[in-house]
Amino acid sequence: MAVSKFGIFIFCHIHILSLTTANSKDGYDRYKALLPKTQGMPWPLPFQMTSSEDQLFIDKDRFVFNLDQRCDILSYAFKRYTDIIFGADDSTVSQTKRFSNRNAHQKTVFEFAIPRPLRDDDVVTALHVDVQGQCMDDEYPSLQSDESYNLQINPNGFATLDAKQVWGALRGLETFSQLIYNNDDGAFVINVTSITDKPRFQHRGILLDSSRHFLSVNVLKKNLDVMAMNKINVFHWHIVDGTSFPYESYTFPDMSAMSAYTRKEVYSQEDIKDLIEYARLRGIRIIPEFDSPGHSESWGPANPGLLTKCFTAGKWDGSFGPIDPSSNITYPFLTQFFTEISQVFKDQYIHLGGDEVSFDCWKSNPDVNAFMTRMGFPNDYSKLEEYYMTKLLQIVDSAKRNYIIWQEVVDNNVTVAANTVVEVWKGEYQKEMAAVTAKGYKVLLSSPWYLDYISYGKDWYKYYLADPQDFNGTQEQYDLVMGGEACLWGEFVDDTNVLSRLWPRASPIAERLWSPIGTFDVKSAEMRLDEHRCRMVKRGYPAQPIDGPGFCPHEFVQK
Amino acid sequence: MTNKMAGEIGVIVLFSCCLAIAICNVQQQYREKGRSVAVTQTSGMPWPMPKQMTVTTIQRILDVGSFQFLVSSSTQRCDIIDEAFVRYRKYIFGNDDRTLKFKTNRKPRHGSIDQEAYLDTLQINIASGCDGYPSEESNEAYTLMISQDASTATINANEVWGALRGLETFSQLVYQNDMGLAVINATIINDAPRFQHRGLLLDTSRHFLSLDILKENLELMAQNKFNVFHWHIVDDQSFPYESYYFPDMSRKGAYSVRHVYTHSDVKEIIEFARVRGIRVIPEYDSPGHSQSWGLAITNLLTKCYKDGQLSGDFGPIDPSVNSTFQFLQNFFLEISQVFPDKFIHLGGDEVPFDCWESNPDITSFMTMMGYGKNYALLEEYYMQRLIDIVQGLNKGYMIWQEVIDNGAKVAPDTIVHIWKGGYQDELTKVTKLGYNAVLSAPWYLNYISYGSDWRNYYQVEPLNFNGTDAQKALVIGGETCMWGEYVDNTNLIPRMWPRAASVGERLWSPMEVNSADAATSRLEEHRCRLLKRGFPVQPVNGPGFCSVEL
Repeated sequence: MAVSKFGIFIFCHIHILSLTTANSKDGYDRYKALLPKTQGMPWPLPFQMTSSEDQLFIDKDRFVFNLDQRCDILSYAFKRYTDIIFGADDSTVSQTKRFSNRNAHQKTVFEFAIPRPLRDDDVVTALHVDVQGQCMDDEYPSLQSDESYNLQINPNGFATLDAKQVWGALRGLETFSQLIYNNDDGAFVINVTSITDKPRFQHRGILLDSSRHFLSVNVLKKNLDVMAMNKINVFHWHIVDGTSFPYESYTFPDMSAMSAYTRKEVYSQEDIKDLIEYARLRGIRIIPEFDSPGHSESWGPANPGLLTKCFTAGKWDGSFGPIDPSSNITYPFLTQFFTEISQVFKDQYIHLGGDEVSFDCWKSNPDVNAFMTRMGFPNDYSKLEEYYMTKLLQIVDSAKRNYIIWQEVVDNNVTVAANTVVEVWKGEYQKEMAAVTAKGYKVLLSSPWYLDYISYGKDWYKYYLADPQDFNGTQEQYDLVMGGEACLWGEFVDDTNVLSRLWPRASPIAERLWSPIGTFDVKSAEMRLDEHRCRMVKRGYPAQPIDGPGFCPHEFVQK
Repeated sequence: MTNKMAGEIGVIVLFSCCLAIAICNVQQQYREKGRSVAVTQTSGMPWPMPKQMTVTTIQRILDVGSFQFLVSSSTQRCDIIDEAFVRYRKYIFGNDDRTLKFKTNRKPRHGSIDQEAYLDTLQINIASGCDGYPSEESNEAYTLMISQDASTATINANEVWGALRGLETFSQLVYQNDMGLAVINATIINDAPRFQHRGLLLDTSRHFLSLDILKENLELMAQNKFNVFHWHIVDDQSFPYESYYFPDMSRKGAYSVRHVYTHSDVKEIIEFARVRGIRVIPEYDSPGHSQSWGLAITNLLTKCYKDGQLSGDFGPIDPSVNSTFQFLQNFFLEISQVFPDKFIHLGGDEVPFDCWESNPDITSFMTMMGYGKNYALLEEYYMQRLIDIVQGLNKGYMIWQEVIDNGAKVAPDTIVHIWKGGYQDELTKVTKLGYNAVLSAPWYLNYISYGSDWRNYYQVEPLNFNGTDAQKALVIGGETCMWGEYVDNTNLIPRMWPRAASVGERLWSPMEVNSADAATSRLEEHRCRLLKRGFPVQPVNGPGFCSVEL
């Protein structure tokens, strides 16, 4: 692995104190077969973490989050995490065994016997959050967001979370929530812990495809919840494709009116605003993809003349190909359309697609060929693609947006602007990563992380062990790697199975993209991942089993 | 009236004729845009395909307000059907804002729609009574008549179980026409299952499945005309069954106190299944796959040795001690009382011999019995005694194929369950020995892969093996299996459905209904139907949509 070349000093001392097996019965075979789960261990693994065996109680009734400035994002987050941490009761423990308010004025009385006298400094009653920068109400997460944070749970019960930006505070809150677990008596406890954390890669994404099958806003929100739990910060929304056009454009409302599956399978402007805000509050960027010139059949019905007419035996055969780069209407349309997109979506980046452009239809069309001759590149269809992409990129440039494109654009030798981000998705990705970065482009990796391809058993190992910087290159080339994305294409996925198919299989990728280089110990990851899966289940998300037989203390209940 | 209708339509044609008509109903509007969409759907076509069906293009309208279900049988009341009416009214018309997708087809008194277009009543006639449990001898045949003009449609069945199947079919024939009305085409169906045993195995030991999920699955089974829930309730990993006589077995062997099926839970499942015409056959697998039994029952499992010392590990159940059989007698007495079905699945698969080989007491027992080193004989001895116990309790039993493969001789009425590769040869062998056979080998749905894998399950022909007609008659059916290693509440339903529907049709419909291409549009409608009824049934045919998403 090229990873060893980095030689970066990693301080990642983890005291795995909580390997108490959840089923520590007799030494029967079956229990050896069952994996022990950790307790109160975070996923993804922080950059630096030390923890001791000293447990502190968390007083559910007194506990507060403190912040010294007004900050909407964090106010919402405090509310959310209070529910997340204390919401689901551990019903194995009878209520009387837990904290109760005997007297309103004299809080925190433990009714059950505890092994040593309880002093106030055994109890965490607050998390003191400090954000250096000013928290802005209209702030969106971006590629430049600082997600680092420092979390201290001190032996005296004093707990602090320090971050440069609100985005780091959000990540720290998630970690804090994951450190808390129920002890054998059902009480909320946290171990004395010190964490300094920051992501290894800035771009940690998940692609969902709402064109092959529609995904409801409700399910997309649940997915954003789980993304935040896994410190994934980019929702790459492959919103439209050849099969359907669920995006409701205000400039071109006919596009969804004619090309959504039905009126119900549509994202209104209201829906999109709602999702962008929901994601923002969780520190997640939404990067929409409007893939062209291929994968755009659904754009055609509302825009006559946009798609190339395909010819068979000298006549239009009734079918359409990619967008027609020779058409008069193409570039005015694209200008208007992407102007709208740049206003609707807040992120600096738009994904422009550019994959799998078939040249057959272009080759068949006499007008396209006449145009190519006129332009001085007869029969060179890569040049035609380049012509199209260059014009498209200029349009998006003038809309003041940066762009991501799929690797084929570069593979086809289209020259693109130097700040283009190239997403690698095909086989032999190490070679491609080396080639793309050698040309000086920034790069994202997806190839090894196509989660729509399912197979029996523990497929997460291979996702976990793939590394975006595992290719032959110079340090400069490695520095061009911005991160990666897990892709769940929609051919066989809809509301019924998207969450259970994605989670926790995307979690190993989340750890690969967040945790320090060299976090490769599958066995210790497995114990943490099993706890993490059960944590997702307990919080109400249908994360499926991926490590063979076992159980979660709280099994999934459909709400 | 029914004769009149048959006369008008002419000869009852075979199932295949209906497909041409069904294509007329395919949703056209989204294909006209010249883009690469998606699989098409039929409208009002049933799954699994009936034995004989004649469909006309004449649409009858159902009025949500006045449509009534009636039943007559030889007994005064028929609770099973009464309950079914409640369910099917909901499935046909919807019962809340989310599922009520049909316009209120209030029958116009002086309207433009011809009064005769309305179908007012479904009358169910059951020749016999409607009590009891479904069994291996249940008659599920029925006829269904929806005439072109009569106001009443009729289901005739010998037994209540056939009436249930007919009701399901009726509900599937109803669809929404272009005007948003609930309609059904005039149709004649004469239906009966091809195989008597159409089962689905769930494994609640590797992962626990909640009662709600088990019920949801039973509901879906009924909608796919499955009639056996093979409940692989316990295994090595956990023992969620709460025993009356041996309560410590779940106390010590369940994953936790929350991962237990209480007596009332089990009763509830059996009753839920019964009223849907589904048998519950529990499996208590032994002498292997029984590690979890040993936590509460000391000396039941064989102690394994290493280098002449106890290794601390345990192997299969120990056949060399009498206490084993005393326990089994008591345990299976309870099981025979708790589960009303005639059959119990006794397992018998994957028995490893190494622990038995290591144990000196077993070795002396083998010598005493004259088995020498032949551990297959020890297994046979165990199975024989277990079978004797279960026979003594007046129960029939199923066993996995290894019991026969290892040469054990079992009673002639044993049902052998075939699950390993090379199943055609195994079917030949097992039926040659004269045993009944149930096939599962090609239908392990826990093995997942990308794409439309249902086509593979669909195209299996269970009788495609070398054997005489008498041998083929011994194949009583099949079961699709969802082993639980990677399945729990979170993913069971979408992973199972509609993939299992494929097997449902294979086991119900005539042998000639075997083209996956021809079935695709109908399966797509069926998936959307199940989705509309509120079940998270996943997409299996590539890009597309349902008119009502989950």
